[in-house]
Amino acid sequence: MQLDIHVEKRQGEFDFQANFHLDGNRIGLFGPSGSGKSTLMHLLAGLRKPDSGSICLNDTVLFDSASKVNLPPDKRRVGVVFQHSHLFPHMSVRKNLFYGLKRTPERERQIDADAIIEVLNLEPLLDRGVNLLSGGERQRVALGRTVLTCPRLILMDEPLTGLDEDLKFQIIPYLTRVFSQFNIPLVFISHSLVEMRLMTEQVLLVEEGCVEKSMTSEALAQKIWGASRQGYANLITLGRPRAHGDLWAYTWGEQELILTECGENEENVFELDAREILLFKRHPEATSARNLLPCTVRKMFTVGNRVRLELGSGSETLIAQIVPESVRELEIEEGREVVAVIKASAFSRLL
Amino acid sequence: MAFLQPSDLDAILLSFKVACSATLLATPLGIGISYLLVHTKIPGKTLIEGIINLPLVLPPVVVGYLLLLLFGRKGFIGSWLSHLDIQIIFTLTGAIIASAVVGFPLLVRSIRLGMESVDSSYREAARTLGASGWDAFFTITLPLSGRAVFAGMTLMFARSLGEFGATIILAGNIPGVTQTIPLAIYEYTSTPGGDKMALSLCLVSILLSFLVLLANSLANKSIKRK
Repeated sequence: MQLDIHVEKRQGEFDFQANFHLDGNRIGLFGPSGSGKSTLMHLLAGLRKPDSGSICLNDTVLFDSASKVNLPPDKRRVGVVFQHSHLFPHMSVRKNLFYGLKRTPERERQIDADAIIEVLNLEPLLDRGVNLLSGGERQRVALGRTVLTCPRLILMDEPLTGLDEDLKFQIIPYLTRVFSQFNIPLVFISHSLVEMRLMTEQVLLVEEGCVEKSMTSEALAQKIWGASRQGYANLITLGRPRAHGDLWAYTWGEQELILTECGENEENVFELDAREILLFKRHPEATSARNLLPCTVRKMFTVGNRVRLELGSGSETLIAQIVPESVRELEIEEGREVVAVIKASAFSRLL
Repeated sequence: MAFLQPSDLDAILLSFKVACSATLLATPLGIGISYLLVHTKIPGKTLIEGIINLPLVLPPVVVGYLLLLLFGRKGFIGSWLSHLDIQIIFTLTGAIIASAVVGFPLLVRSIRLGMESVDSSYREAARTLGASGWDAFFTITLPLSGRAVFAGMTLMFARSLGEFGATIILAGNIPGVTQTIPLAIYEYTSTPGGDKMALSLCLVSILLSFLVLLANSLANKSIKRK
């Protein structure tokens, strides 16, 4: 997907500007609330009109103040999944789901309704009224409803905000499945870093009404680590485990990881806090921790009294956080071999 | 219903005819006007609103007299209609027009409140799903304000059942043609010995109004529950 935006919009005291060109399929808009993320979404969807500028999606001009083009929202084929889902309260789940499909021209319909119902597991909900659905169910129906219109682009406006943590991570697999299976470009709006890293590849930073720069979602996580006191979370994707005594063993690159948690899916995502990784100069003789990984220090980055190390373990990468004193004692420098020691219980499962 | 005269039954039937026709004719117009007031940025909104609400505060007799000036043989609309051989004054049509004008502000008020209370994000969601502005209005906004429309209709219906002042001026008090319940009661009270008959019609009137108010409050209740 190619997205070209040069717009200005004034709303009372708030000035919004965006000037960027994007090329990618999973794009995040990241920024604090009130920074203008939702404004950008409304401008893209055609629900609000920019004061001046132009918006182009692939080869289609959605808005151009110079040539007075302003496609109405129903002609843009830009789907939106709202934060509060906005399911129509006077219709059943089924009617909600097919509302957009019925209004999509025959030649544009490329997605099979049954397939999306299956992927989002909507079958048991179809005949219910929408007021009886849980938050997660509502968002699944809203996503299905939007995907069925076969849009050129789907905008998701904080779709997971307001759901509790457990539910959030139950929904994300549905989302990733839909976007990879049906190959629809996504613009994902959120102020949650973990959501960003799980859902997107490229992130645009929005700050005080200004769309700043784009970076990879990984680079964003590192930037935020540098700017705040927040910890860094390694996101580790592992396959199916094998039983290992009363623990579980996973293949990770060329190595093996031992975890206390059993992942039930083909792909499981675990979170590992960078502060949970201990470093040893040499292989320790005996330790209670179950994972001892020989690593090479690839990069070092110091902020105040915290040092962030990028460790290479075979083909995989780990981020560890230590203090400068340890760096001196262990004589850590780029290229140095160390042993990373991680407890089996330090991994917590997200997906 | 032994205590009612055959002419009373005529009056009751006529009242129903007038109230139903006035309400049904005014509803589409009321929806249209409410849409204009809620969703568009037309100039002179306050003026339109004022004109619509005027019958609510004017004495009905004044409204009736203004209508008479308008629809009379030499009136602006009346003279034009008389070329087509259509007469409004002293006919059932006149009674319907009088009721419609007097009840209209109540209808618009209710529909308008209903439409304003529909969250605009539903309409926005419908637009992004490919519905045009009209499509979204008929499939989202209107059904979601349906109960308010119904509540407005019942209010207007009740108002029309009781319409007196404007009707007697525009349509007169002709038994079997324009004599509705309030007009019949008026006639009974001004004839010696008509008290008993007036009272029985009053009871009918109270009963009908009560039923309509019941329907209205049921509709209002379900609006709140939403």
